[in-house]
Amino acid sequence: MQLWSKNNKNYPDFWKEYLSLFDKRKQKVSQKEIRFVAFDTETTGFDFEEDRVLSIGAVAIKNNSIAVADQLEVYLTQEVFNEDTVEIHGIRKNGEFTKVSEKEALQLFLEYIRNAILIAHHAGFDVQMINKALQRNGLGKLKNKILDTSVLFKNSKHLVYRDPGRSYTLDELCKDLKISQSDRHTASGDAFITALAFLKIVSKLNRDKKIQEIGDLFILK
Amino acid sequence: MKNTIAERIQDFLKQFPPFDILKKEELLSVSGQIRVLYVEKGDYIFKQDTSCHNEFYIVREGAVGLYRGVDNDESLVDVCDAGDLFGLRIIIIKKNYRMSAKADEESIVYAIPAKVFEPFIQENKEVNRFLMETFAAHARNYYTETEKGQRIDNTISIEVAKDISELRSISYRKKPVTCSLDDSVKDVAKKMTKKKVGYVVIVDQNKYPVGIITDEDIRAKVATGLFSLESVVTKIMVSRVFTYSKKLTTVEAQIALIKHGISHLCITKDGTRNSKLIGILSEHDLLVSFGKNPSVLIKEIKRVKKIQRLRYIRKQVEKLLKSYLEQDIPTIHLLNIISEINEALVARIVELSLKEINSEPPIRFSFMVLGSQGRREQLLLTDQDNALVFEDVPEEKYETAQNYFLELANKITKGLHTIGYKYCPAEMMASNPRWCMSVSKWENQFKSWMTTPTEEGTLLSSIFFDFQYVYGDSLLVEKLADVVFEGVNKSNRFLGLLGVSALQKPSPLGFFKQFLVEQNGEHKDTFDIKTRAMMVLIDAARILTLYHNLKGVNSTLKRYEKLAELEPKNAAVFDGCAKAFRVLVKFRTRQGLLQKDSGRFIKLNTLSKKDKLRLKRCFRPIRDIQELLRVRFQLKSLM
Repeated sequence: MQLWSKNNKNYPDFWKEYLSLFDKRKQKVSQKEIRFVAFDTETTGFDFEEDRVLSIGAVAIKNNSIAVADQLEVYLTQEVFNEDTVEIHGIRKNGEFTKVSEKEALQLFLEYIRNAILIAHHAGFDVQMINKALQRNGLGKLKNKILDTSVLFKNSKHLVYRDPGRSYTLDELCKDLKISQSDRHTASGDAFITALAFLKIVSKLNRDKKIQEIGDLFILK
Repeated sequence: MKNTIAERIQDFLKQFPPFDILKKEELLSVSGQIRVLYVEKGDYIFKQDTSCHNEFYIVREGAVGLYRGVDNDESLVDVCDAGDLFGLRIIIIKKNYRMSAKADEESIVYAIPAKVFEPFIQENKEVNRFLMETFAAHARNYYTETEKGQRIDNTISIEVAKDISELRSISYRKKPVTCSLDDSVKDVAKKMTKKKVGYVVIVDQNKYPVGIITDEDIRAKVATGLFSLESVVTKIMVSRVFTYSKKLTTVEAQIALIKHGISHLCITKDGTRNSKLIGILSEHDLLVSFGKNPSVLIKEIKRVKKIQRLRYIRKQVEKLLKSYLEQDIPTIHLLNIISEINEALVARIVELSLKEINSEPPIRFSFMVLGSQGRREQLLLTDQDNALVFEDVPEEKYETAQNYFLELANKITKGLHTIGYKYCPAEMMASNPRWCMSVSKWENQFKSWMTTPTEEGTLLSSIFFDFQYVYGDSLLVEKLADVVFEGVNKSNRFLGLLGVSALQKPSPLGFFKQFLVEQNGEHKDTFDIKTRAMMVLIDAARILTLYHNLKGVNSTLKRYEKLAELEPKNAAVFDGCAKAFRVLVKFRTRQGLLQKDSGRFIKLNTLSKKDKLRLKRCFRPIRDIQELLRVRFQLKSLM
């Protein structure tokens, strides 16, 4: 009990606010009002310890549509800088965008996502990247429910074509779902593409009667 | 803060009206407020008779159909594809939807909140006008469809047939039927019956309108016994009279009628109620004139500043064509009107391309259309066939001149492509250096086709000899016509070769009088109405016009008309050909509208028995004219 109150004191307000959103006693919202947030991070590399988040792009899905007004696009100042990945993402250290510190970015992100269900492509990577950043700043892990479009997509494919061991890239998804690939490799562009892919996949799963309600999405492996 | 997603949405929206009118930052703020919807085939975006959403829509990808009727009784009114707006009701009247919007294929649709867009509608007249027109166009479809056969009756087509200029007359009636305040209901009913109208305007001693009575009032208030026949009209009249000045545009009139839920508008001298009544505009009159007025379309074409907008107009033309076909307007009028509009479209694209190129043409030139468009027989969009001729220049300046016009032609053909004319697969376009030349080079080309005929030359000349001036210096085109007619010598082998090619066209019917369908390829089992039927009639008319040196008679129908005058003994054959051609044009156009293509390949199973017989009847004149050619040019020896 002492430990809890000690922690409580040290946590910044935004983290406490964030945690309170996951209070089980709060009443449930209807299917229609459930808020999803599709997000993507661009990072300096793939090492969870060494590499850092360069930018976060996110956009909300509500009532089966993407709400462009409900979006987030943040760029982070860098201490770790990996010359090699600049080519892909086009975000330079002290480049043209206004940037915020890692802590500020996390605050903006948490205030933005609230208790939404998070959607990302190969979500494990992006979530782990964020969790590591949270950890560096003395905070806990993300509490949100998480959906991975690569997993959902695999399930939407017909059994005959399904290859359980296979992992689909976002490019392959775009091709298969006929999504235009402009702005690939910007966090916001990928978040938007992920959101579109999500709508298309869910619609397909629904039609094929593979899911009845949103909860079913979490059972798919 | 940066918003990449909104920027991408903006990139899309700015290509289309009315968004192209907005300033960059305005559009960006709109883009940031959009909802992106994904709908699968068969999903509804909204349903008829439900309250309207607080947003309107633009198709990003795919196609959304607008339907009238509910459940199993839905009929398609319009299809919106990328860039088309729908669901504009929220902006205009905020009442229940009159149509359903349903995805025809999987689509992505942007929903634009009405609140976000409203300021621009109020501030920007052009935005306002465009939205009104789009809304009106959809609503118009709705009305014409529902009231087909009732209110849009045959009188219209008779009127049109009488004189095309009728279409250009203003749409309100100049001598409204009126009565005075102390007339009885019976008097008024008699008057309405005598004049065959459904309304009477009650005017005071100054001739100011004070009320209106329609059939409905008499039915609801008198026939039910509520008022006696002897009551004065003021007892049953509706005194909510809506008055407008004669400057009222058709779109404004339509919106007014829908908004107030009325069927008649009074036109007064200064537009107010306290002014003399000078006319009446009924919903019916409006429908008749509305959108069916080619002169309005042509005026609009001349005003347009963006090619995208021309594409939109071209779509309107297709609707116009459809309604003409439904009204069974004579083919010759149909061809005239649509050709006028098509030529205005092409001319406007030339003008816009010249503007874009931003330097004056160094010398005089002329842009012409060829083939079916050259004969003014093109109703549906087909491939583009066109050419460019410019003034002669000294040898050393030739390349520079040609390069300028090639660049221009490139822009023109691209523009034509944008509005829906496909590129010609054989590159018979002005952007091809072969068909973008000086007058004397063209003359040489024509002469060589005629003096040393080859198969290719014969084929090309059958396309190039039907040219129509569209833009620039018409004298240059006339020069070319002179060359053609000078070159044709009556005993010339050239005419004979043209004749042979007309006889070698595959025949329409087999030995057992069955339709001959295509045996293989993409169009297997369809009937090729162009090659098997229309081409022979077109070729024969051209050959005989050349034979008679009939300059300036370019259309197949006019050619047969003239030929009948010149050769009275063959008049019956020529009349038959003209008649057959008229029927074939309509067949092809109907089929094209149905299949959304050029209509060339007819699916025989879509035709009724009666239609098949009508089609077969057209083949007799084809045989007759082929025989006539054979005899005239002694083609047996050449074949």
